[in-house]
Amino acid sequence: MTEALAIKGLAVEFDDFRAVDGVGFSVAEGESFGLVGESGSGKSTVLRAVAGLAPVTEGAISVSGETIGHARSKAFYRRVQMVFQDPYGSLHPRHTIDRALAEPLAVHGIGDSERRILKALDEVGLGKGFRFRYPHQLSGGQRQRVAIARALILEPTILLLDEPTSALDASVQAEVLNLLEEIRRERGLTYVLVSHDLAVVTHMCERLLVMQHGRPVELLTSADLAARRIETPYTRELMVASEGFRREEA
Amino acid sequence: MTNDAQTWRAWLTSERPASRRQARLGRAYAAWSRFADNRLAMAGLFIILALLLVAAFADVIAPYSAVTDGDLRTARLLPPSAAHWFGTDDQGRDIFARLVHGSRITLFVVILVAVIAAPVGLLIGTVAGYAGGWIDAVLMRITDIFLAFPRLVLALAFVAALGPGIVNAVIAIAITSWPPYARMARAETLTLRHADYISAVRLMGASPARIIARHIMPLCVSSVIVRVTLDMAGIILTAAGLGFLGLGAQPPSPEWGAMIASGRRFVLDQWWVAAAPGVAIFVVSLGFNLLGDGLRDALDPKAAGQ
Amino acid sequence: MSALLDVENLRVSFPTRSGVVEAVRGVSFTLGRERLGIVGESGSGKSQTGRAILGLTPPHATVTADRLVFDGTDLLAASEKERRTLRGKRIAMVLQDPKFSLNPVMRIGEQIMETLAAHGRGSGAEARRRTLAMLEAVQIRDPERVFNLYPHEVSGGMGQRAMIAMMLVAEPDMLIADEPTSALDVTVQLQVLSILDKLVAERGMGLIFVSHDLRLVSSFCDRVLVMYAGRVVEEIAADRLHQSQHPYTQGLLNCLPKLGQSRHPLPVLDRKPEWAA
Repeated sequence: MTEALAIKGLAVEFDDFRAVDGVGFSVAEGESFGLVGESGSGKSTVLRAVAGLAPVTEGAISVSGETIGHARSKAFYRRVQMVFQDPYGSLHPRHTIDRALAEPLAVHGIGDSERRILKALDEVGLGKGFRFRYPHQLSGGQRQRVAIARALILEPTILLLDEPTSALDASVQAEVLNLLEEIRRERGLTYVLVSHDLAVVTHMCERLLVMQHGRPVELLTSADLAARRIETPYTRELMVASEGFRREEA
Repeated sequence: MTNDAQTWRAWLTSERPASRRQARLGRAYAAWSRFADNRLAMAGLFIILALLLVAAFADVIAPYSAVTDGDLRTARLLPPSAAHWFGTDDQGRDIFARLVHGSRITLFVVILVAVIAAPVGLLIGTVAGYAGGWIDAVLMRITDIFLAFPRLVLALAFVAALGPGIVNAVIAIAITSWPPYARMARAETLTLRHADYISAVRLMGASPARIIARHIMPLCVSSVIVRVTLDMAGIILTAAGLGFLGLGAQPPSPEWGAMIASGRRFVLDQWWVAAAPGVAIFVVSLGFNLLGDGLRDALDPKAAGQ
Repeated sequence: MSALLDVENLRVSFPTRSGVVEAVRGVSFTLGRERLGIVGESGSGKSQTGRAILGLTPPHATVTADRLVFDGTDLLAASEKERRTLRGKRIAMVLQDPKFSLNPVMRIGEQIMETLAAHGRGSGAEARRRTLAMLEAVQIRDPERVFNLYPHEVSGGMGQRAMIAMMLVAEPDMLIADEPTSALDVTVQLQVLSILDKLVAERGMGLIFVSHDLRLVSSFCDRVLVMYAGRVVEEIAADRLHQSQHPYTQGLLNCLPKLGQSRHPLPVLDRKPEWAA
């Protein structure tokens, strides 16, 4: 199997703070890979470094075998796209959905935007009735669908998902997760999903990397996790914590 | 008829616009109805519209010439009367006629300053804020230099160098009024720069110029417009101040500040000579201020999100 | 069980441009010295219910109720001053984000001492001693150090503990916690909850725990109210939640991905209009 994304010895520094240190993993084509950790674990920073939104201090990132330099080319962005955490912050407040979807096509000089926009809206389950609405006229789940449509309209092969459902209600989360799975199946996409929720990551991904304080803790498969074949105490702690509150019996 | 109006309203306020045009008009209508709910803002708008009308039809409205002297023996410094509503000045000219013609100069100053200063400030501010680094440092130090001088003093220096006259006064005021807009646009850009929707455009591979022009500037424009409207009063007063000091409009041009300057010699005995242009400046400044306040509420992106 | 709080037919409505919106539509419940969870999704009115009890509803909104009685005091008839005295002294509230609730320019210790002073419970050395004891009670390891820190100098979990210390130092009879741990990491979340749990048990407080997290609430509370569209659709003992009868509660429980269960696609909630009726 070919590697869609490979990261080796990645370090990201902001001023004097090392947010990510010595992280490496590779994701096969068509695989779904998860990054789990608490706040400050550097999991989102890894994604942002891949996307070119955070500086790579050390290490190498390669997409489909090609090492990515400091400056990203337009071709890179046609291959790799990202969905952000906060559906309220990821859409331009003054642009209609139509404009949000037309913009990537205009940047890349892709014609036939009329058909593509309608198709993208349809694919994420929003009818064309949504096309000329503004973000403030949409619910959180609908906005996240638009963000997904915007990422897909360039037909990338790798989708970076940064906590795509953590700002959503549980029932809406289920709908968005189902949508993401369906799209992945249809298009054969590669996912890298970041989440603080172990259950979401195991549901969506085949393998996952647990991170803490910017460093990798444990790399394991979802099947291992579900069967509780866990090596490190930190992963176990996360696992216990995700099962809800337990009153210590006196 | 009412039925028609209702269909229009429904079309404009539709939650499901069917075209780009409908979406845009609907948005404008929402802003307008927020604005129209504000009585003071409507009063401001009324004043400004009245100013525009007066300026447009000055020749029809003014009963006398604004510049030709009257009969110095009989028509000098007359108090307000039915023939001369606001009295006459020391050259025997009708003050009402001069005020009406002076509105053109005021509008000329205000519009020219806005057209020059606002885009310059917006451009410098957004570029500095988005680019960061040394570009930001250089642009902001230049802005600081301009900000460090009191506006009137700097304008005085420019007029002194360029020579007195209304056009030079406008240039001087424009040069001194862009720095606050640049500061404001930069501050706003800094808060927007790391927003996810800007990151998303960067991830499309859009160029910095495109991001600034199409994604950042539209968000800064409304606050710059509001600020410019609120500054209008200050601009009118600066122009009047330059006129008062004899560096702006030159006699016999009916510029309001210059009119006050010439009236100050008889302010105790013939108060109307200075009071009439003073009141005019006050009313127009108030109008722009009220308009600006109303626009701020109507264009506030946070309110628009409701 | 004597009721600490008795709420009957509570309604909260907001006037908007397009008419009046009712956020809470006739909620009734009683609270004893127990842990009551209020669960719902965004827009269910759960937070507005908690705020209305405290009298923290925005001024342009209208609150009505047939009964809103706290330990013999009619909250709706009480003056703003009386309510303020009740708030903090006998009723306290912990909010989601400590950053918005702690004064950023005041040391944490001073803020807690001020709460004490505001309710006339000691001052000077005595207040300081009680503050330090309270910080210790919320398991802050080095109370002396945290006492002198500003809110921005502590982590989210520490800030939330300081907030809880501030709210509990006046020894209230009832605590309303609105998503008290949602901004925290899961591991910290549990620590904060166990502190809250211990304090509630030891001091015999009544607790209203408002949250979107059904799993967390069911494991923490004694009784759960499930809210949907401003109404209570189901009231159920927390340990019997899995036998819930209402399709909305069942749907909420079902749609969460669970460790060790492979369900593709996840069941989604099919909202029925009659739930809101």
